[in-house]
Amino acid sequence: MLDFAFWLSETEWSIALHESLYLYPWIESTHVLSICLFFGTLLFVDLRLTDKVFNNLSISEMNRKVLPLTVFGFLVMSVTGLLLFYAIPVRNYQNIFFRIKMILIVVAGINAFFFHRRMSKEALVWDKDSSIPRSMKNSAITSLVLWSLVIISGRMIAYNWFDCDRQPQPRWINELTSCEVDYSLFEGIDGF
Amino acid sequence: MVSKELIDIFYALEDTFIGEYVRSSIWLFPVIESFHLIGLGILGGSIVIMDFKLMKLIFRGTNRIYVLEQTKNFFILGLSLLILTGVPLFLSEAVKCYYSRAFWIKMIGLVIGVLFVYFVRNPLIVKKEGTILILIGFVSFSIWTVVAASGRWIGFS
Repeated sequence: MLDFAFWLSETEWSIALHESLYLYPWIESTHVLSICLFFGTLLFVDLRLTDKVFNNLSISEMNRKVLPLTVFGFLVMSVTGLLLFYAIPVRNYQNIFFRIKMILIVVAGINAFFFHRRMSKEALVWDKDSSIPRSMKNSAITSLVLWSLVIISGRMIAYNWFDCDRQPQPRWINELTSCEVDYSLFEGIDGF
Repeated sequence: MVSKELIDIFYALEDTFIGEYVRSSIWLFPVIESFHLIGLGILGGSIVIMDFKLMKLIFRGTNRIYVLEQTKNFFILGLSLLILTGVPLFLSEAVKCYYSRAFWIKMIGLVIGVLFVYFVRNPLIVKKEGTILILIGFVSFSIWTVVAASGRWIGFS
């Protein structure tokens, strides 16, 4: 995977993106705006399931009206996120917060998959009964917590506290970030 | 153009206890910044839902006053979180902000946006009907998009 990241970093477009004066900031700004769209609309979709907002609308109605915006936000967020990764692939791949973010996205994705699979089957029943199972309410809250953590870890990627070129780092950090370090250089320093 | 009086105030703001405290910590600025982004998301959600409703892009067939009632508290929540986190972020680098064009665009946009929401958009949602509301939704959404985008550009300056 690290070799692939190195190969990506040497492609013409990756270098051009990385070195561009305006394109990279524009992509990052679009990424932030799409996060607002995605997270902001997801907030209402998830809170509807906890009976906190839009109680006059049925669950299926709420999903029909808001979820397309959430999906659109997610798509823009993913495309711009991939471009941001592509601009600095090696640094991102070895960034601990990037890795945490990816794990959180996978967990949030699994939660969303089961959440929506069940919702698509049972939403009409909940609409009629006006009662939503407790497990679904928990899943909605879990979704919001997970995506908040995705945002937090995403923001932390910009900081280089644990980057490979900042040594010495604890060994476990270097292992978590796949940093290749010659520890003989740090002999005599506490912890090495 | 640099104003001697104003820049002195910004230097004084940067020297406040909060400014120095945030600046002296490695973690505090990024953590506050993360919650700032979450606040932006909450505010963004309330803006998108209300303004898109006004532009007739979503919630067709739903009463717009009901949509306003459901989103207005999230606007306040998002804005409060933005201000609560934005102030310490600003104090930690007030002088940099002074020289940043994006900061001034954001601040002016923020003031216009809040005034527009409370003195134009929300009252007109209750009082008016028809195509004027589409325009109101578009203007509100545009202002807040500028606020969010220029906020990100402060980091690039």
